[in-house]
Amino acid sequence: MTDRDETFDKVAKLIAPFNQKGVALTEATSFAGDLEWDSLVVMDFVASVEDEFDILITMNMQAEIETVGQLVDAVETLRTEG
Amino acid sequence: MTESVANAMNPADEAPLAPSGRDLFSKFDALIAERDALLATGVRNPFGLVMEKVLSPTRAICNGKETILLGTYNYMGMTFDPDVIAAGKQALDEFGSGTTGSRVLNGTYQGHKEVEAALREFYAMDHAMVFSTGYQANLGVIATLAGKDDYIILDIDSHASIYDGCAMGDAQIVPFRHNDVSALEKRLARIPAEAGKLVVLEGVYSMLGDVAPLKEMIAVSKAAGAMVLVDEAHSMGFIGPNGRGVAEEQGVLDDVDFVIGTFSKSVGTVGGFCVSNHPKFEILRLVCRPYVFTASLPPSVVATAATSIRKLMHGHDKRAHLWENSKRLHAGLKALGFRLGTDEPQSAIIAVIMPDLEKGAAMWEALLGEGLYVNLARPPATPAGMTLLRCSLCAEHSDAEVGEILTMFETAGRATGVIG
Repeated sequence: MTDRDETFDKVAKLIAPFNQKGVALTEATSFAGDLEWDSLVVMDFVASVEDEFDILITMNMQAEIETVGQLVDAVETLRTEG
Repeated sequence: MTESVANAMNPADEAPLAPSGRDLFSKFDALIAERDALLATGVRNPFGLVMEKVLSPTRAICNGKETILLGTYNYMGMTFDPDVIAAGKQALDEFGSGTTGSRVLNGTYQGHKEVEAALREFYAMDHAMVFSTGYQANLGVIATLAGKDDYIILDIDSHASIYDGCAMGDAQIVPFRHNDVSALEKRLARIPAEAGKLVVLEGVYSMLGDVAPLKEMIAVSKAAGAMVLVDEAHSMGFIGPNGRGVAEEQGVLDDVDFVIGTFSKSVGTVGGFCVSNHPKFEILRLVCRPYVFTASLPPSVVATAATSIRKLMHGHDKRAHLWENSKRLHAGLKALGFRLGTDEPQSAIIAVIMPDLEKGAAMWEALLGEGLYVNLARPPATPAGMTLLRCSLCAEHSDAEVGEILTMFETAGRATGVIG
C-alpha cells in the first residue's frame, strides 16, 4: 500500500460520519454533487482532516478542492511541505 | 455569519439549471423561489418593513400602528438625545449638508478631527481613524493589513464585512470553530512561524448575542506572535466599565492591536472606526482604499457622533438599566418556554431560536401585529442554518415596555404554536 493509498483510506474514514447517504467513495466523488454537503458539514469535516494530519487547509485551498481525489492530493502535498 | 463559507468546497447550493432564459441572475433562482414560496403563505415580507414615522429610540409607526422597536441595535438610545440633535443641526447650518470629498482631499473638516479626538479619549488610545461605515472599517483595515502571503485566523461566525476584508486583501484565510480557544491555538501553531498573522475576533457575536473568551484567545494569539483585531460593534458604549467593550470587560484591552467599531449602534448615527496604539498606524490613511476612495461622512453625522461618544463616556446609569432590561427579557422569555441563543444573557442581544423559517416568519408577523418589531434573521447570516428572532434592547426601554414586550411574545408564541 502506497502512502497515497493510506491517505485515501484515512480520508475515507473521516468522511464516513458525514456520509449520511452511504455514497460509495471513489477518487471522483464530489463533496457538493455526490455527498451533498453544505458549508457547515464542510467546516466540521475540514477540521477533522486538519487535526488527523496536523495540517492547515486554508479556505483559499478549499475553494479549489471539489473531489475526494483532489483532497487526497492536497493532503499529500501539505504533509510533505510541512 | 457564515456567508463566505458557502464557497468552501463548492457546497451543493446551486440553483438547478433552467432549460432557457439563463442570464447572470440565474444564480439567484433558488433564493427567488424560496422568497416567493414564503410570501405565498400569506406572510408579510419580513425584509420589506417601512417605518413611516419614528417617535423615539424605542417607538415607531409601522403600517399605521405604533410599534415598540426591539431590533434596532440602538443600544444606548442616543438617536433622539437633545444634545446630539442640536450638534447635528448646528453642523448642518455651519458646514453644509455634505463634504463631497475624500478624507485625504477636501473631505476632512473640523468635525472629522473632533470625532477622532473623541474616540481617542473614549478608548484612551493614541490613534483613531474614521470611515464612512462600519463595514468599510473592517473591509479597509483587514484588507490593508493582511495581504497575499499573510494569514488571517478568524472565527467561523465572523461578520460579512470581516470575510469581505479577507477576500479583498487576498490573504490566506484560516477559520476556526466559533469561540473555540483550542481550535484557534492549534491552527496558529500550524502556520509558518515567519508568516504575518492577524487574528480577527468579535467581542459580541451579533446573531446569538454571545460573548467571546477574548482573554484566553488573545493570550494564545500573542504567544503565537499574531496581531489581534477585535470588532466591538455590538459592545461599545454598553459592555466594560467605561463602555469600551468586551476586551475592556475582560481586562485585555491593552493587548488588542486594533479595535474596530461603528457609529450605527450605540453611537446612534452612521460611520465606522479603528482605534490603535500602533506607532505606524497613521500611514493607513494613505494606503487604505476604502478610506481613501470614498466621500467622508457629512458634517452633521460627525458632529452627532462626537457629541454622542462624549456622552457615552458618562453613561453608567444607562448601562446599568440596559443590563437590567436584558436580564429581565432573557429570564421572561425563558420562563415562557422560548429557546434562546444563550443560557444566560451575555449582551443586549437576545436571540429567540425558531423551529424553521416558515414558523419564524409567522411569529415575526404575529409580533408585528401585536405592535412589536424584532429582526428576523435567516441563513446564510445565521450560524448552523438557524432561523432567529433577534431582539436588541435599548437603555431607553422602560420597565413597563419590557413587560409589554413579554406579553406580546406570549400572545404571538401561543397563536403561532411556537410555545405551548
